Amino acid sequence: MNLDERFENVSVIGAAGKMGSGIAVLIAQEMAKLKKKNKDKIYRLNLIDISEQALDGLSGYMKAQIIRVAEKSIVFLREMYEERKDLVENIEIINAFVDDTFSVIRCGTELGMAKNSKLIFEAIAENEDIKIKVLKSLDEVCGKETFFLTNTSSIPIGFLDQEAGLDGRIIGYHFYNPPIVQKLVEVITPTTIQKELSDIALELGKRLRKKLVPANDVAGFIGNGHFTRDGLYALNEIERLKDNYSLAGAIYIMNRISQDFLVRPMGIFQLIDYVGIDVFDSILKVMRKHLGDETLRHSLVNSMIEQKVLGGQRPDGSQKDGFLKYEKNRPVGIYDAEKKEYVPINKDLDTKIGALPDNFKPWKALLTEPTKEEKLSDYFASLKGTKTLGAELALSYLAETKKIGEDLVKEGVANSYEDVNSVLTNGFYWVYGPINEYV
Amino acid sequence: MSFLRKPIYATAGYNTVSLGQGRKEFKPKEPRPGIEHYIKEAGRGALAQVKNPEAIDEGVMTNFMMARYNRQGNRPGFFPMIHPSFRYKPATGTEGACDSGGLGLAVACKTILADVADAVLVVGFEVQTTVKAVYGADYLAGAGWYKDRKKGHAHFFPGQFSDRAGACFEKFGKEKVREGMAHWYVQAIENARRNPKAQEYHNSISDLFATGMTPPNPKVFCEHINVYDCSKVSDAGCALIFASEEGLKKLGVEKKDAVEVVSWGQCEDDITNPQPDLTKLVASQKAASLAYERAGLSPKDIGVLEVHDCFSIAGLLMMEATGFAGYGEGADFVSAGKTKIDGEIPTNTTGGLIGYGHPVGASGVRQAVDLVHQLTGKASDCQIAMDSASPYGLMVSMGGSDITIVSMIFKKIE
Repeated sequence: MNLDERFENVSVIGAAGKMGSGIAVLIAQEMAKLKKKNKDKIYRLNLIDISEQALDGLSGYMKAQIIRVAEKSIVFLREMYEERKDLVENIEIINAFVDDTFSVIRCGTELGMAKNSKLIFEAIAENEDIKIKVLKSLDEVCGKETFFLTNTSSIPIGFLDQEAGLDGRIIGYHFYNPPIVQKLVEVITPTTIQKELSDIALELGKRLRKKLVPANDVAGFIGNGHFTRDGLYALNEIERLKDNYSLAGAIYIMNRISQDFLVRPMGIFQLIDYVGIDVFDSILKVMRKHLGDETLRHSLVNSMIEQKVLGGQRPDGSQKDGFLKYEKNRPVGIYDAEKKEYVPINKDLDTKIGALPDNFKPWKALLTEPTKEEKLSDYFASLKGTKTLGAELALSYLAETKKIGEDLVKEGVANSYEDVNSVLTNGFYWVYGPINEYV
Repeated sequence: MSFLRKPIYATAGYNTVSLGQGRKEFKPKEPRPGIEHYIKEAGRGALAQVKNPEAIDEGVMTNFMMARYNRQGNRPGFFPMIHPSFRYKPATGTEGACDSGGLGLAVACKTILADVADAVLVVGFEVQTTVKAVYGADYLAGAGWYKDRKKGHAHFFPGQFSDRAGACFEKFGKEKVREGMAHWYVQAIENARRNPKAQEYHNSISDLFATGMTPPNPKVFCEHINVYDCSKVSDAGCALIFASEEGLKKLGVEKKDAVEVVSWGQCEDDITNPQPDLTKLVASQKAASLAYERAGLSPKDIGVLEVHDCFSIAGLLMMEATGFAGYGEGADFVSAGKTKIDGEIPTNTTGGLIGYGHPVGASGVRQAVDLVHQLTGKASDCQIAMDSASPYGLMVSMGGSDITIVSMIFKKIE
């Protein structure tokens, strides 16, 4: 069965979540294009989620996203609707595409809706027990021809395959948030996989115009393998810095070092908040279990969870408070887990951190800078010549980040340095890969 | 015999800032002023330069697509808002796509010649940032024939001029024309950087020529042009007063603050006919020739030029249509720097449609305002030194793809 045939009936499980809804938008558009070509065929996209309430908000979100994509693809869409003489203006064509896309969609809370699906995207919570239970149920409903693409970010896929009894009909297809925008998909192919599925996964990536990066089936894979260790390094640095600068001060310092001094899109604690502190913790748990590495934990994370300070995002995409307190998605305070309260950002710390070198360019400016390698090289060279707390912490962090990347290759998680760098630049939007010559 | 049976003067020009992508104060997600704001600012900006605003007899309100961008018809109804004395005075609206403003200038002059008014205020305005460009493209497509819309490009007018660029590439050589277009972009931005009201005033790109040479991406835009070849989506208002000798006196304007309208040429092509030759602006050439002929002038008499550069390729073709470059030589002329502010014929000295912006229904008025400023020595940092041997300014305003044209010549008063 080829990809076009499998596309006739597709289900997304966990469709109302932030990853599931994005995947749903991508797949719905591909199905609408196929339907346009094959008018006599029926296409069905089942969007299944446990939450009726979340499903209720899904269509509004999807509509807004589909319109956005359609606006950007208007040149292509005008060709696609060329024979529809009644559709003249761009807005008419965009509306027709939105209608055609929505016409394939059915929403509901029952897994039974997936029974005719030959392709299932699973994007539910990163919880082994739940994933296995849902995959097992789906397998019973769907039969043995169905392929599963799981948006798993840390649990080994071979383990899920074995536990759910899928006989090699599952592949790790790890999209990055938000799936509509992020080009990266980390593809985890367990040794047990059926060949046809790996071919289908490859073709799907091309069709969705994604950058597929292979990762080996080791808990955490490349993305979270790097992210968790990078976060733990910052958390450990806090332990070292907090006596001199207070807990909140240390968090502020490490967040600023990672964002400004290391020229990243956001600071490490803002990133953990974005992902969700509880999600960060659950990834660590999975990795501890499957890798047997007990160092993959941190007491401050535990305290935050105990105090129910979890970060994460609201359904409208706005940031919830976590390590940092946000107003209009900008950090305005820091959580002090010892005092159990947010304290304002102490701007005096900037003086202690020290100034950035004169040739510093912010992340956003470098994103579109054609000579960014040269600029970064000059910048890090200047940083090395700077004797400040900021420079010292940044250079140690840069070296650690590189080591984490190299270890991922050494331990067989990634096949090459290039793959590690590709995940961080494409999935995390870094302007340089962790394995570099700047250290 | 002179073309005009009595002298007509233009004075008191005013352009607002051209607001849109590129201006630092432009915030796409925040509310912005509507058409009333620009009409008032421009109209009152002009009136502030005359002693007796109540001496204005009539108004001409020029705009292209307010019915769609702003859900508003009835252009003349906004005239009385400008000054208390305007209530119950006559006003006319003009619409001729991107030449709406040009038509307004011609209507003002005809009204004065008809002896029914001594002083006419022309106010051009357009507010386009109310919708995304992908939807605005359909509104602007109204400047072409509606029956061509379906087969046209998603970005209809960029598509039309991309076709013109493609035809010129084929006929005159791609490299030469492409470079000419990039040089046009460079000139537009350099001039706009001297004009604080220009949309590209804040442009800080270091290598403008390389930017202008960006390869087109037909998957998301057009085959032969890039976004830098295009004029801007803009919100702005522009105003200019036309007056007879008597009108100037009544307004309290001294002649040194005015310029003389010497002639104009107005031309209309059939919108339902395919363009005869994509490598030429035939109607624009006819209008400019008519203006020259009526004034007894030729390109050598012109000291400053304002042409309609909705796209860089239109800028090159306009140099041919106005007689400064031979057929197929527009690109060479521009690449040689002859249209720069210190060149042989300073052209679009305040940035043109690519540099200042293209508030469609106001652009023709804006061109005339900038010529009046140059000829009266009020062009500030954009000012050129006028040679007494060539004391004339020529403009060509174009609507659609060479459909509705007004070309006008002004003379500096000695």
